[in-house]
Amino acid sequence: MSRGWNAYRRNRRGLIGLIVLIAFGVIAVLSPLLVPPDSLDPSSATGTPNSPPTAGYPLGTDSFGRSVLSLLIVGTRVSLTVGLAATAAAVFIGATFGLLSGYYGGTAIDRVLGALIDWFLVIPWLVLAIVMAAILGPTLLNVIIVIAVTSWALTARVVRAQTLSVRELPFVERARALGARDTTILTRHVVPSVFPVIFAQAVLTVAIAILSETTLSILGLGDPTSVSWGRTIEEAFSGGAMANGYWWWIVPPGLAVVCVTLAFTLCGYALEEVLDPRLRD
Amino acid sequence: MSLTFLARKVGWALLTLWFILSVNFFLFRIMPGDPVALLARSQRLSPEALARQRELFGLDQPIPQQYLTYLSETLTGNLGVSILSGREVMSMVADRMWPTILLVGLGTLIAAVVGVMLGMRAGWRRGSGIDNGSLYGSLLLYATPEGWLGMMLLILFAGALGWFPAGGYSSAESGGGVGDVTSHLALPVLTLALGYVGQFFIVMRASMIDVKSQDYIRLARAKGLADPVVRRRHAAPNAILPTITLVVLSFGFVLGGAIVIETVFSWPGLGLLTYQAIQTLDYPVLQAVFLLSSGAVIVANLIADIAYGLLDPRVEQI
Repeated sequence: MSRGWNAYRRNRRGLIGLIVLIAFGVIAVLSPLLVPPDSLDPSSATGTPNSPPTAGYPLGTDSFGRSVLSLLIVGTRVSLTVGLAATAAAVFIGATFGLLSGYYGGTAIDRVLGALIDWFLVIPWLVLAIVMAAILGPTLLNVIIVIAVTSWALTARVVRAQTLSVRELPFVERARALGARDTTILTRHVVPSVFPVIFAQAVLTVAIAILSETTLSILGLGDPTSVSWGRTIEEAFSGGAMANGYWWWIVPPGLAVVCVTLAFTLCGYALEEVLDPRLRD
Repeated sequence: MSLTFLARKVGWALLTLWFILSVNFFLFRIMPGDPVALLARSQRLSPEALARQRELFGLDQPIPQQYLTYLSETLTGNLGVSILSGREVMSMVADRMWPTILLVGLGTLIAAVVGVMLGMRAGWRRGSGIDNGSLYGSLLLYATPEGWLGMMLLILFAGALGWFPAGGYSSAESGGGVGDVTSHLALPVLTLALGYVGQFFIVMRASMIDVKSQDYIRLARAKGLADPVVRRRHAAPNAILPTITLVVLSFGFVLGGAIVIETVFSWPGLGLLTYQAIQTLDYPVLQAVFLLSSGAVIVANLIADIAYGLLDPRVEQI
């Protein structure tokens, strides 16, 4: 474990990503303290609507008079929560399918599960997401479900490939020769070996999940009552930010998404490089 | 190319297509509320009108019967009638298809050309300025939501600088000639190309790195050939195989890929049609888009598989 951390520490890009993530994580956790919840109520906002950054409102105000900085801080918590929750679900499903499909590779189980994975990879994610979101309705939980359903297959494929190769390793053969049951082999030998790959995939999936949530919100399929960064972008777009040049409203939330997504991606790649030294550039 | 290889690939594609058709059918029926309930949510209809709608959509028949009807209708090109406009979905889709093909085709082409050229040079000289710069650029673009990127380009080039119009297909005054459409096309195509260029770059770079370590490259160098010649004449043609596959696959995402961009730029294609169908819960249109976009991906996968089989004789065993 500490050996892994030492290797990770030497990866500069991974460290930058980690620091950025910790910073955003702190903001997300502290957000109820930094921004009192009722200051986001559109009807009770006190600032002049659509005004550029001033001392009192460092990022200006939106069309309701709310501080864009407050929106950004609350958005940190919402976007990160959705990203992590959707990823947890997607990786759980994907890893399970991938492990089973890979462990029983070549048999009927693999044929069925593998086909399922391939089929889900064929469906364009945004179209499936739109259809599901349109039918399920715009709530935060539904967004999480939709993202999980459209992203599990990628993890499944990677985990399956890794499981296939782990299966051939000597210690697995030995366990089987000693008569261990499949479930024992899976839980005690295969999963611990595959786990680092699952973890790296999970980190990369969070980036995808955050981008997905942003895109869905921009299309108006997000939860209208929650203030994610994507939602703020959508409000700015339909609130005339582009026609009237309210750059302070529409630029910062996008930059926030870029920063966090980049951070998760850098960490994910760093983890992959730590796990497989052949990948190091 | 062996017949069994071809037959197996086509068979798999057809099976996947059937799976997509079935998912399409059941998706709208196992979700909470049946399609008519969706209708009732968005428009107010009397109980008799609702019952008539049920009959119209064949919802009063048993499910297996509906399924067979759905299959036969879809395969003969009857994609239903739009709830919002009352027009046949097939003709609505046909109307909007060309702008999307134009946008996505051009954007993917530009992204592929730029990505391949950059990837070729970057893979050839790992760790150089062009390599690092392009890598970071790709990473940055990957992390940028394309909808927001389009908005940024709009603000900068259409709003602040005024070089391009702010959306739509053509302007009323200019009459829709080639030049007019091109100026409306420029920013959406740029946004799309920026979104795709990263993946072409990375794939080309990776396979270039692979190829560079091969023996025939060492031989070419030992023969005394100049570096650019080795790169262009010996390395690149071999390295480009995976990229060709990727290009074909990207065209498969023709329909799904343009939704956000068309919405931001009000580009009148299938993507904008989808967005409008979301607003009004026009489920026959949504169903058609789901079917067409998945179908396009399946066909693209099939073409890519066959093309790769033709170009690389080692592939037959898969």
